Amino acid sequence: MKVPLSRIAHTRSGDKGDNANIGVIAWLPRYYPILLREATPERVKAFFGELVKGDVDRFELPNLHAVNLLLHHALGGGGTVSLRTDAQGKTLGAVLLAMEIEVDERELAD
Amino acid sequence: MIRIANGQGFWGDWLEAPVRLVDGGPIDYLTLDYLAEVTMSILQKQRQADPQLGYARDFPPLIGRIAKKLQDRRIKVLANAGGVNPIACARAVLKAAPDLKVAVVLGDDVLDRIEEFLDKGYLMRNIDTGEPLASIRGRILSANVYIGAFPLAEALATGADVVIAGRCADAALVLAPMIARFGWGSEDWDKLASGIVAGHIIECGAQCSGGNCQVDWQNIPDLANIGYPIVEAEPDGGFTVTKHPGTGGRIDSHGVKEQLLYEIGDPRQYITPDCIADFTSIRLEDTGPDRVRGSGVRGAPRPPMLKASISYDAGWKASGTLVYTWPQALEKARAADGIVRQRLAQLGLSFDEIHTEFFGVNACHGRVSPPVADPPEVQLRIGVRGSDRRAVDRFTREMIPLVLTGPPGGTGYGEGRPEVRQIVAYWPALIPRDEIRTRVEVVE
Repeated sequence: MKVPLSRIAHTRSGDKGDNANIGVIAWLPRYYPILLREATPERVKAFFGELVKGDVDRFELPNLHAVNLLLHHALGGGGTVSLRTDAQGKTLGAVLLAMEIEVDERELAD
Repeated sequence: MIRIANGQGFWGDWLEAPVRLVDGGPIDYLTLDYLAEVTMSILQKQRQADPQLGYARDFPPLIGRIAKKLQDRRIKVLANAGGVNPIACARAVLKAAPDLKVAVVLGDDVLDRIEEFLDKGYLMRNIDTGEPLASIRGRILSANVYIGAFPLAEALATGADVVIAGRCADAALVLAPMIARFGWGSEDWDKLASGIVAGHIIECGAQCSGGNCQVDWQNIPDLANIGYPIVEAEPDGGFTVTKHPGTGGRIDSHGVKEQLLYEIGDPRQYITPDCIADFTSIRLEDTGPDRVRGSGVRGAPRPPMLKASISYDAGWKASGTLVYTWPQALEKARAADGIVRQRLAQLGLSFDEIHTEFFGVNACHGRVSPPVADPPEVQLRIGVRGSDRRAVDRFTREMIPLVLTGPPGGTGYGEGRPEVRQIVAYWPALIPRDEIRTRVEVVE
């Protein structure tokens, strides 16, 4: 079934120059494999569409049951150059929670 | 065990936080992080206007306010409040608190050496774009190298009550007391990395103690009285993140994880002047209410290059807003945007970028935003940037006339013409460590 990413994870986002990063943290250790399977760099890039001009890199932190997504050229020039309201990407993590992922009901059951 | 508290995550953070950290319970060290990436350039401009300025002006009055308690309880302060003028900052602190001993760390400011570096053949390529620094020669406003924790620890060793640095790595402020008190060596990579990770967790102040936290945010207690974070550091590198009893906010491993991942790149290689920390090695454990313990952090040797934070003049920008209301609020705002763009084109003005947002519809998330049917109101926000200041200035005259010349019902122009701002952009680059010599000075 399809659920939003928020069902399995929470996020925080910020900036590094013109790149944004989103930390995505699984709510439970057993959700971490779902996170790895579903929140692929390709799908995250496709989700953001024209908002992210460059590639998306993903780094795994199995100790924290989390991944770090690095979104290249995602802030309209970054920091002081950008004309965007969210020039620092503070809200990109929140909107990523709406990304639809495919899970088996049994994977979520307690 | 020593207690290191951070009372400021950026210049402009909550003024009461450091005072509450001193008043609310035991701490041994108070760190204050004032410098964001482009703060140095703002301070550089202030020093150009007045040679006695160029530092975080919130800092001296704060020290004046807490000086007696610092002395009575032997709390030491470490801050990067010095900006581009640490000596002037130290003198202002001594004026506000004459009984304190103040030491400064110098050597991070390399603005006067940029030509020398270029002549030596250092390209100082922009880490993000790969362009060589020579492409912005003549437009550089400030240049500072991130220095590490050892010079700060050396400053503590003078017996100073207050240690003032310019540009240092944010987390170094937290690592320095551990080096000073536990006698960690410059190649104790795992311990240094532990201190850096602890510093990274608390360097943004309350962002690890309940602020900006998604986890059940409606039920985080008493954010109005949020407690800023305290690291209880142990000689072997283990540490606990906590806050004073009776304060608001919440510290748990989920919130700490959010902050660990905040504004990082490759978590296996968090590069600092003192070591390279591996964030994938840390073990986090909830050990009690508002207590999270971190341990097991591994580190690798410090890099041969230091990062420089260079700022430069990158043109001008302005952004203006107008509000349109129901019915057809979005259609009216779109039409107004089209009119402004047409008028700018007819004037023959060109810009590097014209950026339009419809606030309430898609400002933060563009096409990712969920669709809204006929919203009750929409704020049109148009921004422009370019190298021609006159063009940007002319744009600022094109917003308000829409009220009488555009779609019906434009309002919300009460703040008048938009302001033209200089764009000070950030240029991260690398400089060989051997070129940088720091020194500590006690200011009388």
